[in-house]
Amino acid sequence: MNGWTALDRFLRTDPRDVGCAEAMELLHVYAELAAADASAAQRYPGIAAHLAACGPCGEDFDGLLAAVRGPAE
Amino acid sequence: MAPADPTVGGIFPTPRFDPGTDQWVQMLSGAGPQREAGLARLHDLLLRIARGELQRRGGQLRITGPELDDLAYQAAADALLAIVGKLGQFRGESRFTTWAYKFVIFEVSAKIGRHFWSNPAVPMDAEDWERLPGQFGLDPARETERRELADAVRRAVDEHLTPRQRQVFVAIVLNGVPMDALVTELGSTRNAIYKTMFDARRKLRAALAANGYLDDETSRHS
Repeated sequence: MNGWTALDRFLRTDPRDVGCAEAMELLHVYAELAAADASAAQRYPGIAAHLAACGPCGEDFDGLLAAVRGPAE
Repeated sequence: MAPADPTVGGIFPTPRFDPGTDQWVQMLSGAGPQREAGLARLHDLLLRIARGELQRRGGQLRITGPELDDLAYQAAADALLAIVGKLGQFRGESRFTTWAYKFVIFEVSAKIGRHFWSNPAVPMDAEDWERLPGQFGLDPARETERRELADAVRRAVDEHLTPRQRQVFVAIVLNGVPMDALVTELGSTRNAIYKTMFDARRKLRAALAANGYLDDETSRHS
């Protein structure tokens, strides 16, 4: 991937993107769905779009998923 | 008159959650030794998650050992406070522990963001546009292309972004400031910074497409 392609990918925005506030509000619901099966992105496409574009929220999602999938308390 | 809230006052039983969640809610909603034991157990759980998350994000921090563990304790303590404060808002949409983990993950993010400023690599408002091509992986040997990309983006930034959008774009894209660190520095929220950046990205893409650098489907130089 050259620089223009990377820039283009970075600048593209998804109109379904719900933003950080809504994604953070429902992240526990989304993570639990994602841990159980693959339906999370289908049920919450706006959150999926956001997590794909927002590095910090994506990182939080990865961390929450790891915690949910981790050893039981 | 609005109907009575069935979860308040003990007239009706509390909503049925899964057994583990029900136990957490009962413990933390109660009083005395049962609640204290619940809080201690929750703190231990949050601390374990905070430690695991800090370890997972190890590359984002240049601290280890006791200082790192101190950050885990701070994140667990702050998350516990937030959870206790918002317990009445828990609606059982997930297991209680998943909901609680979310708070400590957010606290870890915020603390990593604040920690960034203890030793920033570049000032957040430095405008060295020669850094831009490298941020998008453009080969240093392709000097003409690097200059074309930097000049095109800089012109679009000059002509189309508001001062606030420019400030956020420069900090995040040129200088690699993490979004959570910028949130701390500007006293803002992640949502507000993301929205500012979202609008900036949309404007810049439209400007670069209008000037023939990018099109709707693929980049001109792909």
